[in-house]
Amino acid sequence: MEELDGEPTVTLIPGVNSKKNQMYFDWGPGEMLVCETSFNKKEKSEMVPSCPFIYIIRKDVDVYSQILRKLFNESHGIFLGLQRIDEELTGKSRKSQLVRVSKNYRSVIRACMEEMHQVAIAAKDPANGRQFSSQVSILSAMELIWNLCEILFIEVAPAGPLLLHLLDWVRLHVCEVDSLSADVLGSENPSKHDSFWNLVTILVLQGRLDEARQMLSKEADASPASAGICRIMGDLMRTMPILSPGNTQTLTELELKWQHWHEECERYLQDSTFATSPHLESLLKIMLGDEAALLEQKELLSNWYHFLVTRLLYSNPTVKPIDLHYYAQSSLDLFLGGESSPEPLDNILLAAFEFDIHQVIKECSIALSNWWFVAHLTDLLDHCKLLQSHNLYFGSNMREFLLLEYASGLFAHPSLWQLGVDYFDYCPELGRVSLELHIERIPLNTEQKALKVLRICEQRQMTEQAILLLTSHTGDVGLWTPRVRSICKILAMKAVRNNRLGSALSWSIRAKDAAFATLVSDRFLRDYCERGCFSDLDLIDNLGPAMMLSDRLTFLGKYREFHRMYGEKRFADAASLLLSLMTSRIAPRSFWMTLLTDALPLLEQKQVIFSAEQTYELMRCLEDLTSRRPVHGESDTEQLQDDDIETTKVEMLRLSLARNLARAIIREGSLEGS
Amino acid sequence: MEEIYAKFVSQKISKTRWRPLPPGSLQTAETFATGSWDNEENYISLWSIGDFGNLDSDGGFEGDHQLLCDIRHHGDVMDLQFFDQERIVAASSTGCVTVFLHHPNNQTLSVNQQWTTAHYHTGPGSPSYSSAPCTGVVCNNPEIVTVGEDGRINLFRADHKEAVRTIDNADSSTLHAVTFLRTPEILTVNSIGQLKIWDFRQQGNEPSQILSLTGDRVPLHCVDRHPNQQHVVATGGQDGMLSIWDVRQGTMPVSLLKAHEAEMWEVHFHPSNPEHLFTCSEDGSLWHWDASTDVPEKSSLFHQEMSSHYAAQAALKLLSSSNLPAWASRGGRSSTFLSHSISNQANVHQSVISSWLSTDPAKDRIEITSLLPSRSLSVNTLDVLGPCLVCGTDAEAIYVTRHLFS
Repeated sequence: MEELDGEPTVTLIPGVNSKKNQMYFDWGPGEMLVCETSFNKKEKSEMVPSCPFIYIIRKDVDVYSQILRKLFNESHGIFLGLQRIDEELTGKSRKSQLVRVSKNYRSVIRACMEEMHQVAIAAKDPANGRQFSSQVSILSAMELIWNLCEILFIEVAPAGPLLLHLLDWVRLHVCEVDSLSADVLGSENPSKHDSFWNLVTILVLQGRLDEARQMLSKEADASPASAGICRIMGDLMRTMPILSPGNTQTLTELELKWQHWHEECERYLQDSTFATSPHLESLLKIMLGDEAALLEQKELLSNWYHFLVTRLLYSNPTVKPIDLHYYAQSSLDLFLGGESSPEPLDNILLAAFEFDIHQVIKECSIALSNWWFVAHLTDLLDHCKLLQSHNLYFGSNMREFLLLEYASGLFAHPSLWQLGVDYFDYCPELGRVSLELHIERIPLNTEQKALKVLRICEQRQMTEQAILLLTSHTGDVGLWTPRVRSICKILAMKAVRNNRLGSALSWSIRAKDAAFATLVSDRFLRDYCERGCFSDLDLIDNLGPAMMLSDRLTFLGKYREFHRMYGEKRFADAASLLLSLMTSRIAPRSFWMTLLTDALPLLEQKQVIFSAEQTYELMRCLEDLTSRRPVHGESDTEQLQDDDIETTKVEMLRLSLARNLARAIIREGSLEGS
Repeated sequence: MEEIYAKFVSQKISKTRWRPLPPGSLQTAETFATGSWDNEENYISLWSIGDFGNLDSDGGFEGDHQLLCDIRHHGDVMDLQFFDQERIVAASSTGCVTVFLHHPNNQTLSVNQQWTTAHYHTGPGSPSYSSAPCTGVVCNNPEIVTVGEDGRINLFRADHKEAVRTIDNADSSTLHAVTFLRTPEILTVNSIGQLKIWDFRQQGNEPSQILSLTGDRVPLHCVDRHPNQQHVVATGGQDGMLSIWDVRQGTMPVSLLKAHEAEMWEVHFHPSNPEHLFTCSEDGSLWHWDASTDVPEKSSLFHQEMSSHYAAQAALKLLSSSNLPAWASRGGRSSTFLSHSISNQANVHQSVISSWLSTDPAKDRIEITSLLPSRSLSVNTLDVLGPCLVCGTDAEAIYVTRHLFS
């Protein structure tokens, strides 16, 4: 038994009477728990104890968000693209592809976040607005975590570029500066603006030194007294050595240059050059990486990871990935200063800085209310070959476990189930079984939807057969056929219930369901006996090879063919077909009397149609039928009347057959003689 | 076609239709309607791709389509047609047919008229009443024709409360789509591979003509009539095959072209440029077929005269040997030339007949372009008007392009 990773949240269910009833609950499909209750949501006043209601607790409410649906749909395409990345690709090209995929995921999160933000602003109801705002902050946190994971695990930036990536990361997520900058620059006298020094400080904290210099030049223009020191500060900013992507200088060279620059800054501090301007002096301290000076700007830094990156920028710009966790932990401790405890987000980021991927995923799974994030991130990291070694004690591996959870959630949604199919496809171990279990539960309200589900099943079977050809080793190969059949059967049953026999027959043909085809054929024949004409001729006349599916269907098709021949006055063909239906035993015995009665008009034609041989056959059939007739023990009047008609029929048939036999013998005799 | 805008709309799109332009108008299309399916709540929505004041440097319009208004629709939207400029007819999986009216002044939609029990298995009024999905609708002001899974054909008039004409049991299987051939004749396709032509002048429940695919009874899902040559009809089947029919002669298709890998959900001739044809499919692809290309005569596989059927078979073989599926997956502007199959109408004058029924395969070839970059879920619907194309998918995206022939 594993220990709990956090306190479970308590959800109160109204209307549970634990004294009267036992408490029942069950897990529904997906993230759902259903409980028995006497609480009626619709009519709150009425409490009928005898008639309990079902209370549904959902944990997967995110699936029902209109805006997040866009995230699910758009990322589905990216996910498929990622699965199709050629496994053969190695090295740089593979890495650049993976980074591109990661960026695509992030841009989808961003787009979603922006839309959510718009909705939050536009929301009329403040409670609604708050809900959207909290979603925005969740999405923003997701993107923050993803971005950091991208830098550390996918990009795997080495010392030097690592810090540049981290700077970009901070700049992207602490973006109040842009609106502040616009505000200040838009004012009449920027350097006299209340937030002028705040802005300059933030720019320095984020390492945007060019912009900071431009700001300082405005201050220099405005107050000639401080122009000199502003220029010195500007020069310091300009000369700070940084690693530029195009530059070929080595890390050691950079470290050396940076050391010189750092010492120069130090000298200015000791000389008290900026003593007249406390603002500039604090900027200098920041640029020296002075922790106390940095912590004074807590408000402007807004969070500990900004503090971490700024601290590294001005004290250790060539930090190695392996040393990150040390700085991260100490930055967190310094920033919080024992005043507050770290939040889930802090723990996740810290775990990332420690390169503990599993901890990141675990913490995210607990903190976030949907599986989208962990499933996609884990899948991506798995493609980076970072998770191979890790196996769970349940299910298969972690990637597959999370993808299965996510896909099951999609299947619980009435509309998003189609997306889930592709996720199951890429779960090699349990995906197939899960898909089979889930797809059974898709309600088939229109034929079009049924066709889509059928297509999903049939496609899966085809790939299975393809695999079969390659490996010649069978596993659960046959499993899809039953599902395809059962869908067709459901539709055929529905059609029968609705008296749509034609439709029912074509579905059972598609399902290759001989038993059901027999049943439908019997219905057709019964209808024929009652009405004396066939319905749905457009189908029966065009059965083609499908006729061979069941004996009864063959009989139906052939019997209809007999009627067509008869209608076209092709009596000889019609006669031999009729006879063969009985002699080949395709016709059910119960139908023989009808067939023999159908032979009557042929026997009564002017010309001889049945040969002597054929007439003997017919007679044998008739005798066969009459001799085996059940003997009724007790007979009521109706039965007697029926028997009466039957006897007359048999008598008439015998007479006709005898007459035909006589004519045939004479005719055949005279033909042979001549 | 460089610019194709995608927008995710949080609902699976089952139908999209451009609003028709007023006669004689020089405008390009700017409003289209969509219907959703398989949602807890389905909607009919109107979208605009018109000017929102964002002119780009070339003077063209930038950005994607914007929602004008929407209204709830009971059941899946199975089909959608503009009746006129303001009215939209929607077919529902509940068997209901609704006419929606658009009020451009305050951008709202309202229900204008409704036939709630247009399609049903067991009659309304009976205790075991069960509705049947209405699968197709076609309009020709003032007439509206609907077909359904119940095999029933209804003829409505916009100003009549009751159906003007109903053909019960018109088909033993499901009717999937309907189109006007020439008034008062309509053409339906069904789930056992048949085309049936119905003439409303004739009484009784029998079609005036039946055409069918031979053999396998592959269900047909969509149908469109050539805008100028009313005897030329294109259909799309469950196997993704495109069939071209000449309803004046024969009971079999003139040509069978292997196309998509799964159900072809819609086929449309370009209304003003009918040498171009568009198809979309469950396999997630959207194709542009261009039969207008003049390729200089090359060596032909079909020098001898062949019967229509044999030619179709031969074309099929030819097509299946070329690796069709690969183009779509390559995406972008991947094109290829297809040899066109043949009919047996050699003595019809060349200039009169449509290139879709051409007798000379060497002269008439079809260029096919895949219009969507990557394939995922089903493309359920498409519509073309002028240089504009719109399509909707199960991946809840609407794609629009305004430069079809650039």
